[in-house]
Amino acid sequence: MKEKITSRTLRTLPREKAFYFFTSIGNYTGESAASLREFLEKINEVNVKSLEFHLCRTDFEKWIDETLEDKELAVEIRNLRILNYSGTTLKEHLHSVVAKRYGELSGDF
Amino acid sequence: MHYTSLVQRGRASLKLKNNSFTLDAIDLEILKALQDDARQTYTAIGKRLGMAHSTVYDRIKRMEKYEIIKKYTTVIDAEKIGAKSILALMIVFTDPKESERVAKKLCEAPQILEVYTSLSEELLIIAKVVAENQESLHEFIASSVAPLPGVLRIRTSMITKKFKETQFSIVNNPKKLKFIKGTHNKMGENKK
Repeated sequence: MKEKITSRTLRTLPREKAFYFFTSIGNYTGESAASLREFLEKINEVNVKSLEFHLCRTDFEKWIDETLEDKELAVEIRNLRILNYSGTTLKEHLHSVVAKRYGELSGDF
Repeated sequence: MHYTSLVQRGRASLKLKNNSFTLDAIDLEILKALQDDARQTYTAIGKRLGMAHSTVYDRIKRMEKYEIIKKYTTVIDAEKIGAKSILALMIVFTDPKESERVAKKLCEAPQILEVYTSLSEELLIIAKVVAENQESLHEFIASSVAPLPGVLRIRTSMITKKFKETQFSIVNNPKKLKFIKGTHNKMGENKK
């Protein structure tokens, strides 16, 4: 069962299901993530405004829940959103939450 | 609500290159009349221009055949029928190799009203987009535009107030019209 969740969450998605980072409505940064690993990398690369934009819109938790199908991580991110972090603090916490989950699933971290 | 005729810019000169059709001053006057009101009768146009309705009929049929007149359409006042929507101008920066493919793909989407390409510092596509609200605009761009291969980034500006909007009209191009009237001859044959 755990293996099934792991392979589902760590898979690489087709282009149309990737996460596209925007800084505001209709303003696409050019960065996207087609897997949890890529998503983790992009957290450090994209403008923090983009992280703030998507977090408050609940885009991250929706994508992780509905597309990557990882309910556990979606809940973690929802809990983070409630804390109302912004800027570098948000970036660090988000990276930490996703890195922890990625480590659990892949054994890489 | 009123009807208008759409005239494709450039089609006349294209036809001239093939030497298959030429517009003269009478055709242009008829087009002008149709752009004012495309529902008026051949007789009314003939009366206005001082010619027989059969001449008007023949000319219009010929322009339809050669697709100088592309179609007759209805311009609806969206506000009056309660169709609430937002308009936005979207600038799509693209990989030059993929630009044409992206532009063609955008043309297929019903949300996209107009598509242009432009070359400034980078090759870009400018498109006018309509959506029900900001959320559906974002959803459309995120799910249908950003994933297109070759899209590098997107900048979108919401239109807040419209000051002018017109279709291309031969009336907008009086210089050319004057020239054609002057020569009373084939369009594009510059006899200065």
